[in-house]
Amino acid sequence: MTASSPVLPAERPAAPPPGHRAGFWHLMLAEWTKIRSVRSTSWTLLLFVVLTIGLTAGLTALIVSSWNGPRAAPRDARILADPVSFIFGAGIGLGQLTICVLGVLLITTEYSTGVIRASLLAVPRRLPMLAAKVIVTVIMLLIVAEIVAFGSFFVGSALLHSKVAVSLSDPGVTRATIGAGLYLTVLGVFALAIGLLIRHTAGAIATVIGIVLVLPILTGLLPGSWGAHVDAYMPEQAGSLITHAQQAAGGLLTPWEGFGVFCIWTALLLAAGAYLLRRRDA
Amino acid sequence: MIEVRDLTKSYGGKVAVDHLSFTVEPGRVTGFLGPNGAGKSTTMRLILGLDRPQGGTATIDGHPYRELHDPLRTVGALLEAKSVHSGRSARNHLLFLAQTQALPTSRVGEVLDLVGLRDVADKRAGSFSLGMSQRLGIAAAMLGDPRVLLLDEPVNGLDPEGVLWIRNLMKYLASQGRTILVSSHLMNEMAVTADHLIVIGRGRLIAEASTQEIIAGSSGQSVRVRTPEPDRLTSLLTAQGAKVVPPAPAGHGQQAPAGGTPDGAEAPDTAATLIVTGLTAPRIGELAASSSVVLHELTPQAASLEEAFMELTAGSLEFGQHGANPLAASEGSAR
Repeated sequence: MTASSPVLPAERPAAPPPGHRAGFWHLMLAEWTKIRSVRSTSWTLLLFVVLTIGLTAGLTALIVSSWNGPRAAPRDARILADPVSFIFGAGIGLGQLTICVLGVLLITTEYSTGVIRASLLAVPRRLPMLAAKVIVTVIMLLIVAEIVAFGSFFVGSALLHSKVAVSLSDPGVTRATIGAGLYLTVLGVFALAIGLLIRHTAGAIATVIGIVLVLPILTGLLPGSWGAHVDAYMPEQAGSLITHAQQAAGGLLTPWEGFGVFCIWTALLLAAGAYLLRRRDA
Repeated sequence: MIEVRDLTKSYGGKVAVDHLSFTVEPGRVTGFLGPNGAGKSTTMRLILGLDRPQGGTATIDGHPYRELHDPLRTVGALLEAKSVHSGRSARNHLLFLAQTQALPTSRVGEVLDLVGLRDVADKRAGSFSLGMSQRLGIAAAMLGDPRVLLLDEPVNGLDPEGVLWIRNLMKYLASQGRTILVSSHLMNEMAVTADHLIVIGRGRLIAEASTQEIIAGSSGQSVRVRTPEPDRLTSLLTAQGAKVVPPAPAGHGQQAPAGGTPDGAEAPDTAATLIVTGLTAPRIGELAASSSVVLHELTPQAASLEEAFMELTAGSLEFGQHGANPLAASEGSAR
């Protein structure tokens, strides 16, 4: 500790300090400062990049090495039919979990550390703070997720090249690659909305992972046509459609429709979170 | 100026703040006193718009906190609970707060200098001692150079040097015409820091007066008397304009002599204890002697804010019955 002699503020009666009135841009700057100044952000993003591209490379290499192996025919046929959805299924399936964790942490750490009080004292109307946080998150994730999506595609397609040629100019492939980045970005906001509703890190992460990994398995077991409809409209089922180059035979939703359904889920959860943010004691 | 009117808040049926009203004037340090659980922190959170009251209003210079634009330029707050991410540096914590108010980045360095944290500005806040965390909280409160400050237990965890520093800072800021509300459970600290006191207990206002009045109006002028003839003495003293009450029920050492201080051979002491205000100890002794009333004890009560506070809060329920007490500056709002 230094300050032995009190350093006092400038002698003057309380007058407005210099500077302009804060606008939304300033709130976005502040949210960016918050996001970049904790280690969990860079760690989860690094893990996301390494895990997703690494798994894409590893799994694709494994598939290629066992190509035409015993009982591999149906699998090889599926890959030949839509190599892009194989490439994205390989890495993003697990890599997306880091995005879920990051999205949750962006808001729950504010509650667990008490920063939320400082944040809300600074922006007592609350919703502008949330809006700025969501927009900054979207911008950051969009950049990283698109890099990862294109990186995964190029790594995966290069490794698959000896078996099946796939390029961005093939029908649906560019849309699927851009779509993979969009899906991951919205997934981050989806996780943030769950974090906002639950406010506790562990509970929110468990919930998001349950929705992304477990729920599709359960709804997949539902019988009949209504079961198929419920399954198709689940957030992860619908959202990941956009990472496929073609609509699956008998699929209820087109890739863009599926992405739209996922966006609506996210918007509804975010709206519920925003409502509670305004109502609840901080 | 902070105005609290009829503020009420309960959590799950438990009343934390009960129709509380008071005003915090600029240009002086106002102490906010009360025992633990009295509702001090809750009141501050309600003023700051963090919690929603069930009833009543709290305004700062006439506006509810939630309606202030760039509120940190008007109001600075240090809350008791931590509000810093342990993994974020002090500088980045202050930087994001400054950015929300469109304050120049240079302000961050200024407040870091003000609280003496410049050398550790880039260290993780989680590595800070309690005293350093308090200084960081004060830096955040001073960021917007606010004309209203709410400080919840600011001297918590500060070393004596730090206590002196924050005391001088508060006095200096008040002398500039700012409004300062500071809560504390350290009564003696408040006695030397605060010019004015707001005392609450169980969420209700107990007293609102200058620090001197609180000290003078309480124990300073009271005398403890023990007599086997309490009724005769009471009528004798009240005839002379004194106010006679039984002592505050909660024991803070005053009941000690009851029972067996003297050798056990003596019969049980049946004397009653009375607290007399409005007459000096010699005068009470003279009056008792002139009427042959036996006194077992005649003790002028020492004056300290600590005792005044204990007396006020211990008797917070029966206090309302003694409306004549000069401390009840705002009786109407006390219930």
